Amino acid sequence: MLPGDLKPELFSGYPPEARQLVLDFLGTLKRLPLAFLSGLLREVIDYDFRFPAERKAVEKELSTLSSLSAEQTKDWFHGFAEIQLSPQLEQFDWVNLPAQFVEQLSAHLWTTHQLDAFRKTALAYAEHLRERLPPDAPVVPRLGIAVIGEGVESSPEPLFRKLRPHGAYFRNVQPENGTAHLLEAVAARVNAHPLSYGHWYIDGGQELPHSPAITCVSYKGLEPARTTLLGKIQRETKKAGMGPEALRTIMAQMQPADLGLVSSGDPVLDRFKAKLLTEGSGTQIFSTSFAQWATREALRRAQPVTLLVRFAPRQRQKPMSELLSPSPQAPELDPVGSLMDADMAAYYNWLNQQRLPGSAQSMFVAWFENHNEAVAISPSLPRGTESSAAATLPQLLSWMA
Amino acid sequence: MTFCSAKADACAPARFSGIRASSPCALARQLALSRREFLHSAAGLALGSALLRPVPLFRITPQSKRKIVVITFGGGARDQETFAPEGQANIPHLIGELIPQSTFFAQVTNRGILGHYVATASLATGNYETVNNFASLPPESPTVFEYFRKQLRRPASDAWVVAPSNGFNRIGESNHRSFGFGTGARVILPKYLLSAATSGSADYGHLLRDSYETPLYAPELGGNTFELDQMEDILKLSVDDFRTHARNLSSPDELSVYVVRQLMRQLAPSLLWVTMHDIDIAHAGAYSLYIEGIRRTDRLSAELWNVIQNEPEYRGKTTLFILPDFGRDADDDSGGNGFQHHRTGDALSRTTWMMALGAGIREGIVFDQPVETIDLVPTLGSLMGFSATFSRGKPISALL
Repeated sequence: MLPGDLKPELFSGYPPEARQLVLDFLGTLKRLPLAFLSGLLREVIDYDFRFPAERKAVEKELSTLSSLSAEQTKDWFHGFAEIQLSPQLEQFDWVNLPAQFVEQLSAHLWTTHQLDAFRKTALAYAEHLRERLPPDAPVVPRLGIAVIGEGVESSPEPLFRKLRPHGAYFRNVQPENGTAHLLEAVAARVNAHPLSYGHWYIDGGQELPHSPAITCVSYKGLEPARTTLLGKIQRETKKAGMGPEALRTIMAQMQPADLGLVSSGDPVLDRFKAKLLTEGSGTQIFSTSFAQWATREALRRAQPVTLLVRFAPRQRQKPMSELLSPSPQAPELDPVGSLMDADMAAYYNWLNQQRLPGSAQSMFVAWFENHNEAVAISPSLPRGTESSAAATLPQLLSWMA
Repeated sequence: MTFCSAKADACAPARFSGIRASSPCALARQLALSRREFLHSAAGLALGSALLRPVPLFRITPQSKRKIVVITFGGGARDQETFAPEGQANIPHLIGELIPQSTFFAQVTNRGILGHYVATASLATGNYETVNNFASLPPESPTVFEYFRKQLRRPASDAWVVAPSNGFNRIGESNHRSFGFGTGARVILPKYLLSAATSGSADYGHLLRDSYETPLYAPELGGNTFELDQMEDILKLSVDDFRTHARNLSSPDELSVYVVRQLMRQLAPSLLWVTMHDIDIAHAGAYSLYIEGIRRTDRLSAELWNVIQNEPEYRGKTTLFILPDFGRDADDDSGGNGFQHHRTGDALSRTTWMMALGAGIREGIVFDQPVETIDLVPTLGSLMGFSATFSRGKPISALL
């Protein structure tokens, strides 16, 4: 089947809001090439479980597409239309299984050496969209906070080397109650700018006391779900004929309830948590990978104005088969390796924050927990500088504003 | 599975609005220039492009006695963790010991599928293979080992592959109709041997780490795989000695190098292919483990070079090639997640380097003209005296 054959009844399996959205724009969807449409439907089918920023983005994208003339549509999508698909792909149930279709499309693009062409045309499309839909500035400049190095006496290597050129490096930060101060600062921003999923706290270990108005995800909090998932993986891989791609498909179809995630009354956040574990790589076994990926996904999807992430020591490397096997014993930790992981992850957090609208006004601070080192990036602070002035973390935040 | 394939999410850019367009060609060129500038200033190497025309090398070794060792600097490593200024601390052996003795190619492009098995198969055939990265399948085009053995009438003992995971068990020979079963290289999978020798004992678990792209998937073995009961006969290594020595090693690649040493001493094959893989732990997202893998691979590469210098069968007549199968995703590509994967197909993940050193190779030369990974096999053919008939690559003239 091709997009031109789409009919309303084909979408009866979609959640209610997603189905309505499709019906509102069915005429537009029928004009789009399959190589593009599958990716769009992958977003639309989860519309009911998307964050507000994502819902708004897909609504605006569909409205924009529906406003294009026939000539503009041709201009925007000729590259996608030239992608050669196989008959098997065209016969696939891409309406109801768009994510699985996109996976198979990816394999097809690599195999047929069309990946570069697809990539080029996807970039051109993103540029068209950006020109037509200038991003909305956030209601308040974004603030990103990364706390790294829990449990490390001293760093074996200089920290924040990738971040320092972009901001001011402070070598005499007063560490007392630092994490509590930072969480208070997040809470203050929640009170000043109450936004749905606008303020996040992600912890790579056990979450610390925090305002209930903050959206929180923690590695420790998801331990039962991780254990359930690893058990399921072990069982699936023992089945005959199971390969990595089939396993990946099974994992992508898992719902929060499949992982034993007790409903929090927030199906959007429950779905987000489940995807961190079923779609992330290494998030099931290494807390540093979990914290980095959770931060990346929260920024990309929810576009919060405040995000604090605190990294905790991950378990020491073991054979992958052991890492993936649930064990009742407390794992041996690797604090120093985790510090290196988190140092790089903090840089990635900043990069991901800078991809969001309002980046010129965004602020970011990374702090070596319970130590004197921090780097702060803000339009108000000189780049590539160092300061040995004594400062508390609240003072540092005030200088950034 | 949790550890995604190279194929996964290649379509992601379409759904990211934050992407900034850039020219892959320009990026690749920039990468090559920065490597060249560094190598020129730090190691005092001459620029190959500055030579009016390549000077033909007189061959110090007859082709019939020449030996070739290929090391894939495996798992994929990026410039910023290797040749860029901030990464050089991770490769002290390459920089301090090997590069000054080598001809270095600063812009080597892989235009194929960026999965480790299929990319290694492409390297070994000189064609961009499209076999399923995760299936136990042979390459579709003839391998370098088949050309070498058939055209030069070499015995099976003269071409070997030592590879990291079970997924590489079919790399030694193709299913091409011009060749057949048993005409390629024998393949040793050290982890497979150790697992058999120790019955998967927990004491050796650190050496039995699975493929990081597919941590839970071990294809069934097939093809011309070396079995445990042949170890004593061929490698002159008892299972007890193997177990005892393995206990003191820290990684799968160290185990591979141990087996390679044994192979070089006992059989001295003329064509030996070693695939390193420790670096690919990056898929788990832990940056420190990725760096640890690079540092170990750097050390092991130098160790193998030293073995070549010290083994009478190899000294003075061996050319060593070291190259990654590909790179990893760039930090600034929003379609990926930086060092963790090689999914995006961006310039950084496709552009790598290659060094050649040893017999017949000029020392201290850098070439920044683009070459492709599929050029390796025809180049080996020209050096050893066989024709890679079905390869789509071209011999690298700077090495001939």
